[in-house]
Amino acid sequence: MNLILAGVNHKTAPVALREKLCSLLAGPEKCYPLLLSYPEIQEAFYYSTCNRVEVLCVTEALPEARDRLTAFLGRHPEVPLNTLEQSLYIHQDQEAVRHLFRVAASLDALVLGEPQVLGQVKAAYRQATEVRATGPILNRLLHKTFSVAKRVRSETGIGDHAVSVSYAAVSLGKKIFGDLKGKNVLLIGAGEMAELALEHLRGQQAGRIVVANRTFERGLRLARRFGGEAVTLEELPQQLLTADILLSSTGSGTYLLTREEVKQIMRRRRQRPLFLVDIAVPRDLDPGINELDNVYLYNIDDLKVVVEENRERRKEAAAQAERLVLAETRKFMDWLETLAVYPTIISLKEKAQAICQAELKKTLSHLGHLTPEQIQALEVLTQSIAHKLLHDPIIFLKRNHHKKRGPEELALVRRLFNLDPKPPAESRDRE
Amino acid sequence: MVRTFLTLALMGYFGASSLWIAYFLSQREVLYHWGVRVMGVALVSHTGALILGVPALGRLPVATLGEALLLLSWVLAGVFLAVDRLLAVRVLGALAAPLVAVMVSGSLLLPGGQGHLSPLLNSFWVHLHAGLAFLGVAALSLAGLAGLLYLVQEHQIKGKRFGFFFRRLPSLEHLDTLNHWCLTLGFPLLTLGIIVGALYAQYHLGSFFNYDPKEISTLLAWLIYAVLLHERLAVGWRGRRAAFLALCGFGVLIITLVGAGLWFGGYHSFASFRGVP
Repeated sequence: MNLILAGVNHKTAPVALREKLCSLLAGPEKCYPLLLSYPEIQEAFYYSTCNRVEVLCVTEALPEARDRLTAFLGRHPEVPLNTLEQSLYIHQDQEAVRHLFRVAASLDALVLGEPQVLGQVKAAYRQATEVRATGPILNRLLHKTFSVAKRVRSETGIGDHAVSVSYAAVSLGKKIFGDLKGKNVLLIGAGEMAELALEHLRGQQAGRIVVANRTFERGLRLARRFGGEAVTLEELPQQLLTADILLSSTGSGTYLLTREEVKQIMRRRRQRPLFLVDIAVPRDLDPGINELDNVYLYNIDDLKVVVEENRERRKEAAAQAERLVLAETRKFMDWLETLAVYPTIISLKEKAQAICQAELKKTLSHLGHLTPEQIQALEVLTQSIAHKLLHDPIIFLKRNHHKKRGPEELALVRRLFNLDPKPPAESRDRE
Repeated sequence: MVRTFLTLALMGYFGASSLWIAYFLSQREVLYHWGVRVMGVALVSHTGALILGVPALGRLPVATLGEALLLLSWVLAGVFLAVDRLLAVRVLGALAAPLVAVMVSGSLLLPGGQGHLSPLLNSFWVHLHAGLAFLGVAALSLAGLAGLLYLVQEHQIKGKRFGFFFRRLPSLEHLDTLNHWCLTLGFPLLTLGIIVGALYAQYHLGSFFNYDPKEISTLLAWLIYAVLLHERLAVGWRGRRAAFLALCGFGVLIITLVGAGLWFGGYHSFASFRGVP
């Protein structure tokens, strides 16, 4: 039983190639049956994110499966096979497991520790189970993958440090307010950055969201998307009385708020803390505002410092995570190796059963007339002798997890019980 | 026996201090939880020492600075554990536990146990006065320590220094809440303690205020806290100024306790407890 993983990612392939492969895998109801129709492939699972396209399979015949996967990914008419082969990486067994763990734990990502990858892998797994493309091995592997990713997140804290400007703003807010739940957000300007920050803030269950924009219509559109309300720029001082967090990102050439204005407002707010984030260039807010008590003003450069420092911290966490992934990979491979003994156990039992049946038949034929009870007693006798004889070899097989000698011992048992009778010609040669 | 309990308590306080300082540095939860356990054991043996020791003395152990420190540290340890349970400001332990440990060490080093009180001071009302004042002082000390942490964290956030302290200290809001709680808890207790003392003095000495150095400096501390509480409730003062004032009040309280006992005279000083005021 082997695992094989083939794919391309942001390091090996340009986006032009990745998006073509992505479109190739678009219909799971067609792709999975195709993959499973190859006789070498027992179980299959694939996922594509913005940075990668990867297919994972369980197979008994590695080299054939390898060719099948290359052919499978090379079906796109616009992708020449040699271009694909240059960017394609293929991992087997332990490397495949480790690779999957690393992807899900976001150690192989463009932004170390970004949380989206795990969700995408989970969604892909759901699709695969819907068409029953996965079996006992991949199911176990995927569940293990999710728990590894969760452990990496909680034990190394790799996702704790904000590495995007908008998320950095959120984590700063937490150091001021403790909890952003129910904090009112005021947005000045309806740019892309503001939108991203809103997304993060909504994840923190922020309270009322108000958008103030020069063109009211645009503000209204953004406000509607996040269940907030829109106001005009003239209402700004009034709105500042109830807001806790202000995000400014307009293209204004002058300061929208001066130190004096904010000072007045703070008095009327009874000094409730105010967190101001100015991500506009040129700046929207007077830098002097930061000197006021209970007002915390950050501009784009301040946030970038946070992001830079956190990148470094994530790298440290990643080293710890790699160790965890390696240990878990070994554990999974151990489990996979124990699977190899089951076919042998089954053949042992079948062989014993066959011998019992044959001998019983022979004996019964010259014992003459017996009552059904007597026949049954003989059957039980032979069964239990066979069972007791096989007990120790089976226990030995199940527990011989000796990593190095495992396969040899398995082969020995098969030879000892002659489970793979050699073709007659060959056995004669030996004699 | 008392000595054994005290040694155990002292070891516990130092143990909890190191655990909580280690927690502050490494941010590992498990260290914090062990700190709580060790601190709890220390508090229990401290209580045991007081239960065994006080009946033998026949009075509250407040006759010498050493005795007073022993009692105050016990109150402080108890109040801290209670506040930590309610508000969970874990890093404060890294300041409070060493403070308790130092106070207990001080009480063991200072010559003590030999002081005795004039019968006039061995009364229920004097005990109530000292007890209330100690509870108030313990809560206000925590307010002061929280204020110190607040000032440090605010300095990091304002100055955009996202380093060592920024990551380890809790949010400003949390520290401010702690400051507020300890203040609203400690201030009424201190006030009550002062009133009981003043009434007793009025009754027995004929005057509720005797211009004793300890009285003056306590009054100063009380005024600081009164201003702080008033501004907090009426004007909505908070944050840096509140933290700074709480820290000032804490400083005056230390001077009151240690200074009034050692440097100034007056009938509140430990040396004069033997005589009739």
